[in-house]
Amino acid sequence: MLHRFSQFLAGCTVLLILAGSLVTSNDAGLSVPDWPTSYGWNMFTFPPSMWVANILYEHGHRLIASSVGFLTIIMAAWLWFAEPRRWLRWFGVAALGAVIAQGVLGGLTVLFFLPAAISTAHAGLAEIFFCMTVAIALFTSPRWIAGAAEPVDDAMLRTVATTTTILIYAQILVGATMRHTGAGLAIPDFPWMFGHVIPDHWSSAIAIHFTHRVGALLVTLVVLATSAHVYFHHGGRRELTRPATLIIALVAAQVTLGALTVLTQRNVWINSVHVVVGALVLATSLVISLRAWRVVIGERGLRTAESAIPARPSIRNPQSAIRTEGRA
Amino acid sequence: MLRNAWVGVLGMALAASVVACGGGSSDTKPADSAAAPAGGGQKVDAATAGSVKGTVSVDGAVPKNDAIKMNADPVCVKQNASPQFQETYEVGADGKSLANVFVYVKDGLGNYSYDPPTGEAKIDQQNCRYHPHVFGMRVGQTLTIVNSDPTLHNIHAMPKGNAEFNNGQPIQGMKMTHTFSAKEVMVPFKCDVHGWMNAYVGVLDHPYFAVSDKDGKFDISNLPPGTYTLEAWHEKLGTATQSVTIGAKESKDVTFTFKAPAAATTN
Repeated sequence: MLHRFSQFLAGCTVLLILAGSLVTSNDAGLSVPDWPTSYGWNMFTFPPSMWVANILYEHGHRLIASSVGFLTIIMAAWLWFAEPRRWLRWFGVAALGAVIAQGVLGGLTVLFFLPAAISTAHAGLAEIFFCMTVAIALFTSPRWIAGAAEPVDDAMLRTVATTTTILIYAQILVGATMRHTGAGLAIPDFPWMFGHVIPDHWSSAIAIHFTHRVGALLVTLVVLATSAHVYFHHGGRRELTRPATLIIALVAAQVTLGALTVLTQRNVWINSVHVVVGALVLATSLVISLRAWRVVIGERGLRTAESAIPARPSIRNPQSAIRTEGRA
Repeated sequence: MLRNAWVGVLGMALAASVVACGGGSSDTKPADSAAAPAGGGQKVDAATAGSVKGTVSVDGAVPKNDAIKMNADPVCVKQNASPQFQETYEVGADGKSLANVFVYVKDGLGNYSYDPPTGEAKIDQQNCRYHPHVFGMRVGQTLTIVNSDPTLHNIHAMPKGNAEFNNGQPIQGMKMTHTFSAKEVMVPFKCDVHGWMNAYVGVLDHPYFAVSDKDGKFDISNLPPGTYTLEAWHEKLGTATQSVTIGAKESKDVTFTFKAPAAATTN
Protein backbone atom coordinates (compact mmCIF):
# COMPACT_ATOMS: atom_id res chain seq x y z
CA MET A 1 0.00 0.00 0.00
CA LEU A 2 2.83 2.37 0.91
CA HIS A 3 4.50 1.42 -2.35
CA ARG A 4 1.35 2.29 -4.29
CA PHE A 5 1.06 5.56 -2.45
CA SER A 6 4.68 6.49 -3.19
CA GLN A 7 4.09 5.61 -6.85
CA PHE A 8 1.09 7.93 -6.80
CA LEU A 9 3.19 10.68 -5.25
CA ALA A 10 5.86 10.25 -7.93
CA GLY A 11 3.14 10.47 -10.59
CA CYS A 12 1.77 13.65 -9.01
CA THR A 13 5.29 15.06 -9.03
CA VAL A 14 5.48 14.51 -12.79
CA LEU A 15 2.27 16.50 -13.08
CA LEU A 16 3.79 19.18 -10.86
CA ILE A 17 6.90 19.40 -13.05
CA LEU A 18 4.65 19.78 -16.10
CA ALA A 19 2.72 22.55 -14.34
CA GLY A 20 5.96 24.29 -13.40
CA SER A 21 7.34 24.07 -16.91
CA LEU A 22 4.10 25.52 -18.28
CA VAL A 23 4.56 28.50 -15.97
CA THR A 24 7.98 29.25 -17.43
CA SER A 25 6.98 28.44 -21.01
CA ASN A 26 4.05 30.86 -20.76
CA ASP A 27 6.16 33.50 -19.03
CA ALA A 28 3.58 33.38 -16.24
CA GLY A 29 5.92 33.28 -13.25
CA LEU A 30 5.00 36.75 -12.04
CA SER A 31 1.33 36.73 -13.01
CA VAL A 32 0.52 36.27 -9.33
CA PRO A 33 2.75 38.93 -7.82
CA ASP A 34 2.44 38.00 -4.16
CA TRP A 35 3.36 34.89 -2.18
CA PRO A 36 2.22 32.93 -0.23
CA THR A 37 -1.04 34.79 -0.83
CA SER A 38 -2.58 35.16 -4.29
CA TYR A 39 -3.67 38.74 -5.00
CA GLY A 40 -4.16 39.10 -1.27
CA TRP A 41 -6.37 36.01 -0.95
CA ASN A 42 -5.40 32.90 0.90
CA MET A 43 -4.11 30.61 -1.81
CA PHE A 44 -6.89 28.09 -1.23
CA THR A 45 -9.70 30.64 -1.28
CA PHE A 46 -8.58 32.59 -4.35
CA PRO A 47 -11.77 32.65 -6.46
CA PRO A 48 -11.65 30.34 -9.51
CA SER A 49 -13.32 33.12 -11.53
CA MET A 50 -10.01 34.94 -11.30
CA TRP A 51 -7.92 32.11 -12.66
CA VAL A 52 -7.69 33.78 -16.03
CA ALA A 53 -4.95 33.86 -18.65
CA ASN A 54 -1.50 33.26 -17.16
CA ILE A 55 -2.84 33.15 -13.61
CA LEU A 56 -4.24 29.72 -14.42
CA TYR A 57 -0.70 28.40 -14.89
CA GLU A 58 0.92 30.10 -11.90
CA HIS A 59 -1.91 29.56 -9.44
CA GLY A 60 -2.49 26.04 -10.73
CA HIS A 61 1.19 25.31 -10.17
CA ARG A 62 0.91 26.57 -6.61
CA LEU A 63 -2.15 24.44 -5.89
CA ILE A 64 -0.63 21.29 -7.37
CA ALA A 65 2.58 22.00 -5.45
CA SER A 66 0.58 22.36 -2.24
CA SER A 67 -1.15 19.05 -2.94
CA VAL A 68 2.17 17.34 -3.56
CA GLY A 69 3.47 18.86 -0.34
CA PHE A 70 0.46 17.52 1.54
CA LEU A 71 0.94 14.06 0.01
CA THR A 72 4.61 14.19 0.97
CA ILE A 73 3.67 14.91 4.58
CA ILE A 74 1.44 11.83 4.53
CA MET A 75 4.17 9.74 2.97
CA ALA A 76 6.82 10.90 5.42
CA ALA A 77 4.50 10.18 8.35
CA TRP A 78 3.58 6.81 6.87
CA LEU A 79 7.22 5.89 6.47
CA TRP A 80 8.03 7.14 9.93
CA PHE A 81 5.43 5.01 11.64
CA ALA A 82 5.26 1.95 9.38
CA GLU A 83 8.65 1.53 7.74
CA PRO A 84 11.10 -0.73 9.58
CA ARG A 85 14.20 0.54 7.76
CA ARG A 86 15.52 3.47 9.75
CA TRP A 87 17.42 5.05 6.89
CA LEU A 88 14.28 5.00 4.75
CA ARG A 89 12.28 6.68 7.48
CA TRP A 90 14.80 9.50 7.51
CA PHE A 91 14.82 9.52 3.72
CA GLY A 92 11.10 10.27 3.88
CA VAL A 93 11.81 13.15 6.24
CA ALA A 94 14.48 14.40 3.82
CA ALA A 95 11.93 14.30 0.98
CA LEU A 96 9.58 16.38 3.10
CA GLY A 97 12.40 18.85 3.76
CA ALA A 98 13.11 18.99 0.04
CA VAL A 99 9.53 19.77 -0.90
CA ILE A 100 9.33 22.47 1.78
CA ALA A 101 12.58 24.02 0.54
CA GLN A 102 11.21 23.78 -2.98
CA GLY A 103 8.11 25.71 -1.97
CA VAL A 104 10.21 28.40 -0.30
CA LEU A 105 12.40 28.71 -3.41
CA GLY A 106 9.27 29.04 -5.53
CA GLY A 107 8.04 31.84 -3.29
CA LEU A 108 11.39 33.60 -3.22
CA THR A 109 11.72 33.57 -6.98
CA VAL A 110 8.35 35.35 -7.22
CA LEU A 111 9.21 37.90 -4.54
CA PHE A 112 12.57 38.67 -6.13
CA PHE A 113 11.21 38.85 -9.72
CA LEU A 114 12.52 35.52 -11.02
CA PRO A 115 16.28 35.85 -10.62
CA ALA A 116 17.95 33.19 -12.77
CA ALA A 117 19.89 31.74 -9.83
CA ILE A 118 16.81 31.11 -7.67
CA SER A 119 14.65 29.93 -10.58
CA THR A 120 17.37 27.51 -11.69
CA ALA A 121 17.79 26.25 -8.13
CA HIS A 122 13.99 25.77 -8.00
CA ALA A 123 14.17 23.71 -11.19
CA GLY A 124 17.17 21.72 -9.94
CA LEU A 125 15.59 20.92 -6.59
CA ALA A 126 12.39 19.86 -8.36
CA GLU A 127 14.36 17.12 -10.11
CA ILE A 128 15.99 16.02 -6.87
CA PHE A 129 12.63 15.83 -5.12
CA PHE A 130 11.20 13.86 -8.03
CA CYS A 131 14.15 11.46 -7.84
CA MET A 132 13.52 11.05 -4.10
CA THR A 133 9.89 10.10 -4.69
CA VAL A 134 10.92 7.63 -7.39
CA ALA A 135 13.58 6.20 -5.10
CA ILE A 136 11.06 5.79 -2.27
CA ALA A 137 8.69 4.05 -4.66
CA LEU A 138 11.54 1.75 -5.64
CA PHE A 139 12.73 1.12 -2.07
CA THR A 140 9.22 0.20 -0.96
CA SER A 141 8.55 -2.07 -3.93
CA PRO A 142 8.13 -5.79 -3.17
CA ARG A 143 10.83 -6.71 -5.66
CA TRP A 144 13.37 -4.38 -4.05
CA ILE A 145 12.56 -5.61 -0.56
CA ALA A 146 12.65 -9.22 -1.54
CA GLY A 147 15.89 -8.90 -3.46
CA ALA A 148 16.91 -11.29 -6.20
CA ALA A 149 17.98 -14.87 -5.83
CA GLU A 150 21.10 -13.98 -7.77
CA PRO A 151 21.66 -10.25 -7.27
CA VAL A 152 23.39 -8.26 -9.97
CA ASP A 153 26.88 -7.45 -8.79
CA ASP A 154 28.58 -5.56 -11.60
CA ALA A 155 30.99 -2.79 -10.70
CA MET A 156 31.15 -1.59 -14.30
CA LEU A 157 27.36 -1.26 -14.47
CA ARG A 158 27.38 0.72 -11.23
CA THR A 159 30.01 3.05 -12.64
CA VAL A 160 28.44 3.63 -16.03
CA ALA A 161 24.88 3.92 -14.73
CA THR A 162 25.85 6.34 -11.96
CA THR A 163 27.91 8.42 -14.37
CA THR A 164 24.94 8.52 -16.72
CA THR A 165 22.60 9.68 -13.97
CA ILE A 166 24.98 12.44 -12.87
CA LEU A 167 25.48 13.62 -16.45
CA ILE A 168 21.73 13.70 -17.06
CA TYR A 169 21.24 15.79 -13.94
CA ALA A 170 24.02 18.16 -15.01
CA GLN A 171 22.39 18.41 -18.44
CA ILE A 172 19.06 19.27 -16.80
CA LEU A 173 20.75 22.00 -14.77
CA VAL A 174 22.26 23.47 -17.93
CA GLY A 175 18.83 23.29 -19.55
CA ALA A 176 17.26 25.04 -16.57
CA THR A 177 19.93 27.73 -16.72
CA MET A 178 19.17 28.14 -20.41
CA ARG A 179 15.45 28.51 -19.75
CA HIS A 180 15.83 30.98 -16.92
CA THR A 181 18.40 33.16 -18.64
CA GLY A 182 16.32 33.41 -21.81
CA ALA A 183 18.88 31.54 -23.90
CA GLY A 184 16.47 28.99 -25.34
CA LEU A 185 16.67 30.50 -28.81
CA ALA A 186 20.16 31.97 -28.53
CA ILE A 187 21.05 29.55 -31.33
CA PRO A 188 18.00 29.79 -33.55
CA ASP A 189 18.62 26.95 -36.02
CA PHE A 190 18.86 23.17 -35.77
CA PRO A 191 20.77 20.94 -36.39
CA TRP A 192 23.18 23.64 -37.54
CA MET A 193 24.26 26.52 -35.37
CA PHE A 194 24.05 29.79 -37.27
CA GLY A 195 24.53 27.66 -40.36
CA HIS A 196 27.72 26.04 -39.03
CA VAL A 197 28.68 22.99 -37.05
CA ILE A 198 30.09 25.29 -34.34
CA PRO A 199 28.70 28.81 -33.77
CA ASP A 200 30.70 31.46 -35.60
CA HIS A 201 30.14 34.02 -32.87
CA TRP A 202 29.66 33.82 -29.13
CA SER A 203 27.89 35.35 -26.17
CA SER A 204 27.09 33.99 -22.73
CA ALA A 205 23.61 32.96 -23.93
CA ILE A 206 25.04 31.20 -27.00
CA ALA A 207 27.60 29.43 -24.80
CA ILE A 208 24.88 28.15 -22.45
CA HIS A 209 22.75 27.00 -25.37
CA PHE A 210 25.75 25.36 -27.06
CA THR A 211 26.65 23.56 -23.81
CA HIS A 212 23.12 22.15 -23.65
CA ARG A 213 23.40 20.79 -27.18
CA VAL A 214 26.80 19.25 -26.50
CA GLY A 215 25.36 17.89 -23.27
CA ALA A 216 22.53 16.25 -25.21
CA LEU A 217 25.08 14.48 -27.37
CA LEU A 218 27.04 13.32 -24.33
CA VAL A 219 23.93 12.12 -22.52
CA THR A 220 22.81 10.21 -25.60
CA LEU A 221 26.18 8.47 -25.78
CA VAL A 222 26.32 7.50 -22.10
CA VAL A 223 22.72 6.32 -22.14
CA LEU A 224 23.49 4.13 -25.13
CA ALA A 225 26.59 2.86 -23.32
CA THR A 226 24.58 1.99 -20.21
CA SER A 227 21.84 0.29 -22.17
CA ALA A 228 24.34 -1.62 -24.30
CA HIS A 229 26.09 -2.80 -21.15
CA VAL A 230 22.79 -4.00 -19.73
CA TYR A 231 21.85 -5.84 -22.94
CA PHE A 232 25.24 -7.53 -23.33
CA HIS A 233 25.88 -8.47 -19.73
CA HIS A 234 22.47 -8.73 -18.12
CA GLY A 235 20.18 -9.56 -21.01
CA GLY A 236 18.14 -11.91 -18.88
CA ARG A 237 17.43 -9.43 -16.13
CA ARG A 238 14.13 -7.76 -16.93
CA GLU A 239 14.45 -5.31 -14.05
CA LEU A 240 17.41 -3.87 -15.95
CA THR A 241 16.52 -4.44 -19.61
CA ARG A 242 13.11 -2.80 -19.28
CA PRO A 243 14.42 0.56 -18.00
CA ALA A 244 17.36 0.27 -20.41
CA THR A 245 14.91 0.05 -23.31
CA LEU A 246 12.67 2.73 -21.88
CA ILE A 247 15.50 5.21 -21.44
CA ILE A 248 16.56 4.85 -25.08
CA ALA A 249 13.02 5.62 -26.18
CA LEU A 250 12.85 8.56 -23.79
CA VAL A 251 16.16 10.00 -24.95
CA ALA A 252 15.06 9.70 -28.58
CA ALA A 253 11.86 11.55 -27.72
CA GLN A 254 13.79 14.10 -25.70
CA VAL A 255 16.25 14.94 -28.49
CA THR A 256 13.32 15.27 -30.90
CA LEU A 257 11.47 17.56 -28.49
CA GLY A 258 14.60 19.64 -27.99
CA ALA A 259 15.00 20.10 -31.73
CA LEU A 260 11.32 20.94 -32.12
CA THR A 261 11.54 23.45 -29.30
CA VAL A 262 14.04 25.41 -31.37
CA LEU A 263 12.34 24.85 -34.72
CA THR A 264 8.92 25.93 -33.39
CA GLN A 265 10.37 28.99 -31.66
CA ARG A 266 9.66 27.48 -28.26
CA ASN A 267 6.14 26.18 -28.72
CA VAL A 268 4.69 26.20 -25.22
CA TRP A 269 3.64 22.55 -25.05
CA ILE A 270 6.66 21.13 -26.84
CA ASN A 271 8.94 23.14 -24.61
CA SER A 272 7.11 22.04 -21.47
CA VAL A 273 6.94 18.36 -22.40
CA HIS A 274 10.68 18.58 -23.12
CA VAL A 275 11.18 19.46 -19.45
CA VAL A 276 8.97 16.59 -18.29
CA VAL A 277 10.65 13.99 -20.50
CA GLY A 278 14.01 15.21 -19.19
CA ALA A 279 12.82 14.40 -15.68
CA LEU A 280 11.65 10.96 -16.82
CA VAL A 281 15.04 10.27 -18.43
CA LEU A 282 16.72 11.17 -15.14
CA ALA A 283 14.35 9.01 -13.09
CA THR A 284 14.79 6.01 -15.40
CA SER A 285 18.55 6.29 -15.20
CA LEU A 286 18.27 6.58 -11.43
CA VAL A 287 16.28 3.34 -11.31
CA ILE A 288 18.95 1.51 -13.31
CA SER A 289 21.63 2.94 -11.03
CA LEU A 290 19.85 2.02 -7.82
CA ARG A 291 19.19 -1.50 -9.05
CA ALA A 292 22.88 -1.76 -9.92
CA TRP A 293 23.75 -0.61 -6.41
CA ARG A 294 21.15 -2.82 -4.76
CA VAL A 295 23.57 -5.59 -3.88
CA VAL A 296 26.04 -3.16 -2.34
CA ILE A 297 23.33 -1.50 -0.30
CA GLY A 298 22.32 -4.90 1.02
CA GLU A 299 25.87 -5.93 1.81
CA ARG A 300 26.59 -2.81 3.75
CA GLY A 301 23.60 -3.42 5.91
CA LEU A 302 21.82 -0.21 4.96
CA ARG A 303 18.75 -2.29 4.55
CA THR A 304 18.33 -3.84 7.93
CA ALA A 305 15.95 -6.50 6.70
CA GLU A 306 18.47 -8.04 4.36
CA SER A 307 20.79 -9.62 6.86
CA ALA A 308 18.09 -10.76 9.20
CA ILE A 309 15.95 -12.65 6.74
CA PRO A 310 17.09 -16.24 6.70
CA ALA A 311 15.31 -17.15 3.52
CA ARG A 312 14.06 -15.08 0.63
CA PRO A 313 10.67 -13.73 1.70
CA SER A 314 7.61 -14.03 -0.38
CA ILE A 315 7.28 -11.19 -2.85
CA ARG A 316 3.58 -11.11 -2.11
CA ASN A 317 4.15 -10.07 1.48
CA PRO A 318 7.71 -8.95 1.96
CA GLN A 319 6.80 -6.30 4.51
CA SER A 320 5.80 -8.92 7.04
CA ALA A 321 9.22 -10.50 6.84
CA ILE A 322 10.90 -7.17 7.37
CA ARG A 323 8.76 -6.08 10.26
CA THR A 324 9.78 -9.08 12.29
CA GLU A 325 13.23 -7.68 12.67
CA GLY A 326 13.17 -4.26 11.11
CA ARG A 327 13.33 -2.21 14.28
CA ALA A 328 15.86 -4.40 16.00
CA MET B 1 25.34 39.49 24.19
CA LEU B 2 26.54 37.67 21.11
CA ARG B 3 23.09 36.23 20.68
CA ASN B 4 21.54 39.68 20.77
CA ALA B 5 23.99 40.86 18.14
CA TRP B 6 23.00 37.98 15.87
CA VAL B 7 19.33 38.76 16.36
CA GLY B 8 20.04 42.36 15.45
CA VAL B 9 21.92 41.40 12.30
CA LEU B 10 19.13 39.01 11.34
CA GLY B 11 16.54 41.71 11.91
CA MET B 12 18.39 44.17 9.72
CA ALA B 13 18.81 41.57 6.99
CA LEU B 14 15.09 40.81 7.15
CA ALA B 15 14.23 44.49 7.00
CA ALA B 16 16.56 44.92 4.02
CA SER B 17 14.95 42.02 2.21
CA VAL B 18 11.47 43.38 2.88
CA VAL B 19 12.53 46.71 1.40
CA ALA B 20 14.05 44.91 -1.58
CA CYS B 21 10.83 42.97 -2.15
CA GLY B 22 8.59 45.93 -1.64
CA GLY B 23 9.07 47.48 -5.04
CA GLY B 24 10.73 50.67 -3.91
CA SER B 25 8.59 53.69 -3.36
CA SER B 26 5.15 52.45 -4.30
CA ASP B 27 2.42 54.22 -2.38
CA THR B 28 4.88 56.60 -0.82
CA LYS B 29 5.36 60.31 -1.12
CA PRO B 30 8.15 61.46 -3.39
CA ALA B 31 11.41 62.16 -1.68
CA ASP B 32 11.94 65.81 -0.93
CA SER B 33 15.22 65.88 -2.81
CA ALA B 34 13.56 64.51 -5.91
CA ALA B 35 10.57 66.82 -5.81
CA ALA B 36 12.49 70.00 -5.13
CA PRO B 37 14.01 72.11 -7.91
CA ALA B 38 17.19 70.45 -9.06
CA GLY B 39 20.41 71.91 -7.74
CA GLY B 40 20.95 75.60 -7.28
CA GLY B 41 20.90 76.49 -10.96
CA GLN B 42 19.14 79.39 -12.58
CA LYS B 43 15.44 79.36 -13.40
CA VAL B 44 14.33 79.18 -17.00
CA ASP B 45 13.29 82.62 -18.22
CA ALA B 46 9.91 82.19 -19.87
CA ALA B 47 10.38 85.48 -21.72
CA THR B 48 13.28 84.15 -23.77
CA ALA B 49 12.32 80.49 -23.92
CA GLY B 50 11.78 78.86 -27.28
CA SER B 51 10.53 75.49 -28.45
CA VAL B 52 11.26 72.50 -30.60
CA LYS B 53 8.51 71.12 -32.76
CA GLY B 54 8.75 68.35 -35.21
CA THR B 55 7.62 65.10 -36.67
CA VAL B 56 8.72 61.51 -36.48
CA SER B 57 8.43 59.30 -39.51
CA VAL B 58 9.54 55.96 -40.74
CA ASP B 59 11.26 55.40 -44.05
CA GLY B 60 10.27 52.20 -45.79
CA ALA B 61 7.64 49.53 -45.46
CA VAL B 62 6.34 49.44 -41.92
CA PRO B 63 6.28 46.04 -40.27
CA LYS B 64 2.92 44.54 -39.51
CA ASN B 65 1.98 44.50 -35.85
CA ASP B 66 1.68 41.08 -34.26
CA ALA B 67 -1.85 39.79 -33.78
CA ILE B 68 -3.02 39.33 -30.20
CA LYS B 69 -5.09 36.41 -28.96
CA MET B 70 -7.05 37.50 -25.92
CA ASN B 71 -9.13 34.36 -25.58
CA ALA B 72 -7.40 33.35 -22.34
CA ASP B 73 -9.49 35.97 -20.56
CA PRO B 74 -13.20 36.18 -21.43
CA VAL B 75 -13.39 39.76 -20.14
CA CYS B 76 -10.73 40.90 -22.60
CA VAL B 77 -12.47 39.09 -25.44
CA LYS B 78 -15.77 40.75 -24.57
CA GLN B 79 -14.14 44.17 -24.49
CA ASN B 80 -12.37 43.73 -27.81
CA ALA B 81 -14.66 42.23 -30.41
CA SER B 82 -12.53 43.12 -33.43
CA PRO B 83 -9.16 41.55 -34.23
CA GLN B 84 -6.49 42.99 -31.96
CA PHE B 85 -2.88 43.82 -32.73
CA GLN B 86 0.14 45.00 -30.81
CA GLU B 87 0.81 48.74 -30.67
CA THR B 88 4.42 48.47 -31.77
CA TYR B 89 4.09 50.49 -34.97
CA GLU B 90 1.40 53.15 -34.80
CA VAL B 91 1.57 54.70 -38.24
CA GLY B 92 -0.52 57.60 -39.48
CA ALA B 93 -2.78 57.68 -42.51
CA ASP B 94 0.14 58.77 -44.71
CA GLY B 95 1.90 55.49 -43.97
CA LYS B 96 4.98 57.33 -42.69
CA SER B 97 4.28 59.35 -39.58
CA LEU B 98 5.05 57.41 -36.44
CA ALA B 99 3.31 57.71 -33.08
CA ASN B 100 4.47 56.55 -29.64
CA VAL B 101 7.98 57.87 -30.08
CA PHE B 102 9.45 59.41 -26.95
CA VAL B 103 11.42 62.57 -27.80
CA TYR B 104 13.46 64.30 -25.11
CA VAL B 105 16.40 66.57 -24.46
CA LYS B 106 19.20 64.19 -23.75
CA ASP B 107 22.02 66.67 -23.25
CA GLY B 108 22.85 70.38 -23.17
CA LEU B 109 20.58 71.71 -20.44
CA GLY B 110 23.42 72.74 -18.18
CA ASN B 111 22.69 73.98 -14.70
CA TYR B 112 19.03 74.96 -14.76
CA SER B 113 16.62 74.33 -11.97
CA TYR B 114 12.99 73.40 -12.54
CA ASP B 115 9.84 73.70 -10.57
CA PRO B 116 8.70 70.47 -8.98
CA PRO B 117 6.39 68.48 -11.20
CA THR B 118 2.77 69.46 -10.77
CA GLY B 119 -0.02 66.99 -11.13
CA GLU B 120 0.44 63.32 -11.56
CA ALA B 121 1.29 60.97 -14.36
CA LYS B 122 -1.26 58.23 -14.92
CA ILE B 123 -1.37 54.84 -16.53
CA ASP B 124 -4.68 53.04 -16.85
CA GLN B 125 -5.39 49.39 -17.54
CA GLN B 126 -8.42 49.61 -19.72
CA ASN B 127 -9.81 47.15 -22.23
CA CYS B 128 -6.86 44.93 -21.43
CA ARG B 129 -4.40 47.54 -22.70
CA TYR B 130 -2.22 50.13 -21.06
CA HIS B 131 -3.23 53.72 -21.68
CA PRO B 132 -1.02 55.45 -22.64
CA HIS B 133 1.32 53.02 -24.32
CA VAL B 134 4.29 55.43 -24.18
CA PHE B 135 4.57 58.41 -21.87
CA GLY B 136 7.00 60.54 -19.92
CA MET B 137 7.18 61.76 -16.34
CA ARG B 138 9.55 63.41 -13.92
CA VAL B 139 11.73 61.96 -11.22
CA GLY B 140 9.78 62.26 -7.99
CA GLN B 141 6.46 62.78 -9.75
CA THR B 142 3.57 60.65 -8.62
CA LEU B 143 2.51 57.97 -11.05
CA THR B 144 -1.04 56.80 -10.47
CA ILE B 145 -1.76 53.29 -11.68
CA VAL B 146 -5.40 52.47 -12.22
CA ASN B 147 -7.23 49.30 -13.13
CA SER B 148 -10.43 50.25 -14.96
CA ASP B 149 -11.07 46.72 -16.16
CA PRO B 150 -13.52 44.26 -14.61
CA THR B 151 -10.71 41.71 -14.61
CA LEU B 152 -7.51 41.53 -12.67
CA HIS B 153 -4.12 42.80 -13.79
CA ASN B 154 -0.66 42.94 -12.36
CA ILE B 155 1.57 45.84 -13.24
CA HIS B 156 5.19 44.88 -13.40
CA ALA B 157 7.81 47.59 -13.94
CA MET B 158 11.22 46.38 -15.06
CA PRO B 159 13.61 49.30 -14.71
CA LYS B 160 17.38 49.00 -14.65
CA GLY B 161 18.20 52.06 -12.59
CA ASN B 162 15.11 52.22 -10.37
CA ALA B 163 13.54 49.65 -8.08
CA GLU B 164 11.61 46.92 -9.86
CA PHE B 165 8.05 46.39 -8.67
CA ASN B 166 5.18 44.03 -9.41
CA ASN B 167 1.77 44.75 -7.91
CA GLY B 168 -1.57 43.10 -8.36
CA GLN B 169 -4.81 44.96 -8.93
CA PRO B 170 -7.50 42.32 -8.79
CA ILE B 171 -10.49 44.62 -8.33
CA GLN B 172 -11.91 47.06 -10.87
CA GLY B 173 -11.21 50.64 -9.86
CA MET B 174 -8.16 49.88 -7.74
CA LYS B 175 -5.49 52.55 -7.67
CA MET B 176 -1.93 52.70 -6.49
CA THR B 177 0.84 55.23 -6.76
CA HIS B 178 4.52 55.01 -7.41
CA THR B 179 7.44 57.39 -7.76
CA PHE B 180 10.70 56.80 -9.57
CA SER B 181 13.80 58.01 -7.83
CA ALA B 182 16.21 58.19 -10.77
CA LYS B 183 16.03 59.21 -14.40
CA GLU B 184 15.71 56.34 -16.82
CA VAL B 185 14.78 56.12 -20.48
CA MET B 186 12.79 53.90 -20.78
CA VAL B 187 11.16 51.86 -18.03
CA PRO B 188 9.13 48.97 -19.49
CA PHE B 189 5.86 47.86 -17.93
CA LYS B 190 4.20 44.54 -18.54
CA CYS B 191 1.21 42.63 -17.34
CA ASP B 192 2.27 39.06 -16.63
CA VAL B 193 -1.36 37.96 -16.64
CA HIS B 194 -2.04 39.25 -20.14
CA GLY B 195 1.25 38.83 -21.96
CA TRP B 196 0.39 41.26 -24.75
CA MET B 197 0.03 44.25 -22.42
CA ASN B 198 3.11 46.43 -22.36
CA ALA B 199 3.94 50.09 -21.95
CA TYR B 200 6.98 52.33 -21.56
CA VAL B 201 7.67 55.41 -19.49
CA GLY B 202 10.59 57.80 -19.85
CA VAL B 203 11.60 59.19 -16.45
CA LEU B 204 13.57 62.44 -16.59
CA ASP B 205 14.92 65.03 -14.17
CA HIS B 206 13.68 67.86 -16.39
CA PRO B 207 10.41 68.69 -18.16
CA TYR B 208 11.65 68.66 -21.76
CA PHE B 209 10.07 65.60 -23.31
CA ALA B 210 7.11 64.69 -25.51
CA VAL B 211 5.55 61.70 -27.20
CA SER B 212 4.72 61.81 -30.89
CA ASP B 213 1.01 61.71 -31.71
CA LYS B 214 -0.80 59.77 -34.44
CA ASP B 215 0.47 62.28 -37.00
CA GLY B 216 4.01 61.85 -35.76
CA LYS B 217 4.04 65.35 -34.26
CA PHE B 218 5.66 66.41 -31.03
CA ASP B 219 6.22 69.71 -29.25
CA ILE B 220 8.74 70.55 -26.53
CA SER B 221 8.16 74.06 -25.25
CA ASN B 222 9.58 76.52 -22.72
CA LEU B 223 13.11 75.50 -23.68
CA PRO B 224 15.81 78.02 -22.76
CA PRO B 225 18.13 79.22 -25.54
CA GLY B 226 21.02 76.84 -26.15
CA THR B 227 22.33 73.91 -28.11
CA TYR B 228 20.80 70.56 -27.27
CA THR B 229 21.04 66.93 -28.15
CA LEU B 230 17.58 65.56 -28.83
CA GLU B 231 16.92 61.86 -28.78
CA ALA B 232 13.94 60.02 -30.21
CA TRP B 233 13.23 56.55 -28.80
CA HIS B 234 11.04 53.89 -30.36
CA GLU B 235 10.37 50.51 -28.76
CA LYS B 236 11.48 48.54 -31.82
CA LEU B 237 13.35 50.95 -34.05
CA GLY B 238 15.75 52.07 -31.33
CA THR B 239 17.00 55.62 -30.96
CA ALA B 240 17.99 58.52 -33.17
CA THR B 241 19.71 61.71 -32.05
CA GLN B 242 20.36 65.11 -33.51
CA SER B 243 21.64 68.43 -32.36
CA VAL B 244 19.52 71.56 -32.38
CA THR B 245 20.32 75.16 -31.43
CA ILE B 246 17.54 77.38 -30.09
CA GLY B 247 17.80 81.12 -29.93
CA ALA B 248 15.75 83.39 -27.70
CA LYS B 249 12.03 82.93 -28.39
CA GLU B 250 12.93 80.78 -31.33
CA SER B 251 10.95 77.76 -32.46
CA LYS B 252 12.81 75.11 -34.40
CA ASP B 253 11.39 72.34 -36.54
CA VAL B 254 13.06 68.98 -36.28
CA THR B 255 12.39 65.78 -38.18
CA PHE B 256 13.36 62.33 -37.02
CA THR B 257 13.24 59.59 -39.62
CA PHE B 258 13.64 55.97 -38.60
CA LYS B 259 14.55 53.38 -41.16
CA ALA B 260 12.10 50.51 -41.37
CA PRO B 261 13.57 47.08 -40.67
CA ALA B 262 14.67 45.14 -43.72
CA ALA B 263 12.24 42.65 -45.28
CA ALA B 264 9.29 44.16 -43.46
CA THR B 265 5.76 43.21 -44.30
CA THR B 266 3.58 46.16 -45.07
CA ASN B 267 0.81 46.92 -42.66
